[in-house]
Amino acid sequence: MKFKVNNKEVYASTGGRPFDKKKPLIIFVHGSGLTHMTWVLQTRYFAFHGYNALAIDLPGHGLSGGESLKSIEEMADWISAVIDAVGHKEASLVGHSQGCLVTVECTSRYPNKIKTLSLMGGAGAIPMNPQLLSLAENNDPKAVDLMMDWAHGPAGHFGGHPVPGLYHINTGTMLAKSRTIQNTLGVDFRACDNYKNGFEAAKKIKCPTLSILATDDKMCPVKEGKKLAALIEGSKIDIIDNCGHMMLLEEADRVLTVLKKFITTNYPPLSS
Amino acid sequence: MSDKKKELKPNTYKFDTLSLHAGYQPHKNAGSRQVPIYQTTSYLFDDVDHAAALFNLERGGHIYSRISNPTVGVLEERVASLEGGTAALATSSGMSAIFLAVMTLCEAGDHLVVSSQLYGGTVNLFRLTLPKFGIKCTFVKPRDTEGFKKAIQKNTKGIFGELVGNPGNEIMNMPEIAKIAHEAGIPLMVDATYQTPYLCKPFEHGADIVIHSLTKWMAGHGSSMAGILVEGGKFDWMQNDKFPTMTKPYEGYHGLSFAEEFGPTAFTMKARAEGMRDFGPCLSPQNAWNVLQGIETLSVRMKKHCSNAEEMVKYLMNHESVAWVSHPSVPDHPDHELAKKLLPNGRGSMIAFGIKGGKEAGVAFINNVKLASHLANVGDTRTLVIHPASGTHSQMDEATLKFAGLSHDMIRLSVGIEDIDDIKNDFEVGFRAARKPRLVSNQ
Repeated sequence: MKFKVNNKEVYASTGGRPFDKKKPLIIFVHGSGLTHMTWVLQTRYFAFHGYNALAIDLPGHGLSGGESLKSIEEMADWISAVIDAVGHKEASLVGHSQGCLVTVECTSRYPNKIKTLSLMGGAGAIPMNPQLLSLAENNDPKAVDLMMDWAHGPAGHFGGHPVPGLYHINTGTMLAKSRTIQNTLGVDFRACDNYKNGFEAAKKIKCPTLSILATDDKMCPVKEGKKLAALIEGSKIDIIDNCGHMMLLEEADRVLTVLKKFITTNYPPLSS
Repeated sequence: MSDKKKELKPNTYKFDTLSLHAGYQPHKNAGSRQVPIYQTTSYLFDDVDHAAALFNLERGGHIYSRISNPTVGVLEERVASLEGGTAALATSSGMSAIFLAVMTLCEAGDHLVVSSQLYGGTVNLFRLTLPKFGIKCTFVKPRDTEGFKKAIQKNTKGIFGELVGNPGNEIMNMPEIAKIAHEAGIPLMVDATYQTPYLCKPFEHGADIVIHSLTKWMAGHGSSMAGILVEGGKFDWMQNDKFPTMTKPYEGYHGLSFAEEFGPTAFTMKARAEGMRDFGPCLSPQNAWNVLQGIETLSVRMKKHCSNAEEMVKYLMNHESVAWVSHPSVPDHPDHELAKKLLPNGRGSMIAFGIKGGKEAGVAFINNVKLASHLANVGDTRTLVIHPASGTHSQMDEATLKFAGLSHDMIRLSVGIEDIDDIKNDFEVGFRAARKPRLVSNQ
């Protein structure tokens, strides 16, 4: 569906079901340089089971208009504005990678709006490798190739996508190259590198929170995810073996099972 | 010590490694080092909710082997990885892959622009069979790049061609024809069977959908029929209103918009969800496994195919019984320069040559070679020969043969990986037999 936030067009996948204001809202926030497509193996399930599942394209990404937002704080405010724009008072947030920084910040800023928080491959800070940052800001496609290399665990490098026939490293590459690299990945990486408030924001979070971490995640290692989770009161952790940072594709089924249990328990769907 | 920082390099697996490993994780398959053959029609659901989720594409997984199968899935991912594609769908043959690609793209009333230099079966599909489904085609000679542009109509949904035409070795100017297709907002579909991804990666030159008959060089062993379509993932289906079954809520699949939901893999998802469901040209797991065995040695075999082919080109060009030789490695081949650009790892192992003495000599040659096999296939590890005018293209009338660039003296040679001297010796036997009738008639 398309709607406007701050007078700019926003695209969000609704998981194949029409948006229905009566249903509780889950917002899925993608990682650096990526799009709503990364969530396809999670959103369709929730959309068909009593929720409005909105996998948004951040401004300047995927099918959304406008320019990429330059800071995690701006993105956090923008997520709150998305909730308002679709006519809801509250939402459950799900973030991946950079999306975790955004959703942590958003939850700390708008505690009354956010009912549950699910973090995948999250950390309190994501400092960027200077060379990788420079490549992305200089529009070098090598930045995407490096990101895809580091983002997939050793097992994920061999493929084995849960959807038969899909090769996820190439699919991720294509998503990250679908818009100008320096305007998406470059801006996002800089925003991640600049963001320093993650640990402080985490201390303010009181809603039920789940961290899904992966043993082979090189970008946001388990120990970093645990450090963040330790600051969030009552936070739960699920660790996936033999999996890298792209857990939502590499182990999509496991992620969906864990997510489903957590969200339906803490933020029940509209019963049919 | 240098104070230079180490340059970062992606460590994703390279071609030869992907040929052996892509698409398969042993730890998810009881530690089996070899890909298991999942000889089953169907798969247990955990519960009703799980079943519904699989049918509704909410979760990935297998339901019924007509739609997907774990062994076939490994093959699909492996070929997608080698091509640099986002997704692939394997079928029971190369022809069914072409048919499925067309039926995923088109509906009655649509039109395609098609290269005229194709395998005879493909020509018949486009010329005679697709019109029965209301899909019309305009044929253009592969070297007539502007002709492709002129042939595009309002209802044209794509351009199709063989990268190197069968059997005359004409090469499509893929980068230029891709530009033409993309300016018209339509995809370019390329049959790259002759090249395999070892010789050419069509996505790097603008193709959007790549099709292979896996029966040929990819498998190599000549034991199993298989085909595949591979998606590049760059084509924007939502740029115009030409593809409503991809971009709008589609009644054919419960109101799903494939382009919105699946983006760079939308074409493959639709081909599987709709095409495999409705037409069912599924690949057997045994044949998928057989093809995987071939792909493991693809680059090793292709090197030998190409070096033997270049030796055979030299041999044939200097032979008194040969009137002409067509192979992209020949300097005066019209596409010699284009071939250097598109086929940097080798020009392939298909050679067409004319035998002096015409049809009669051709028949004598074919009937007398012993090592080279006379059969209707290409891309076997063994050397194969056929006389197209009386074999693969025999269903064509005189005018169509001429339009397809065929002559009665043409012999199609698929060079195998035997010892090169043995192939040459065998050809000497054939050529001697081919000269005999003429020697007799000249007396």
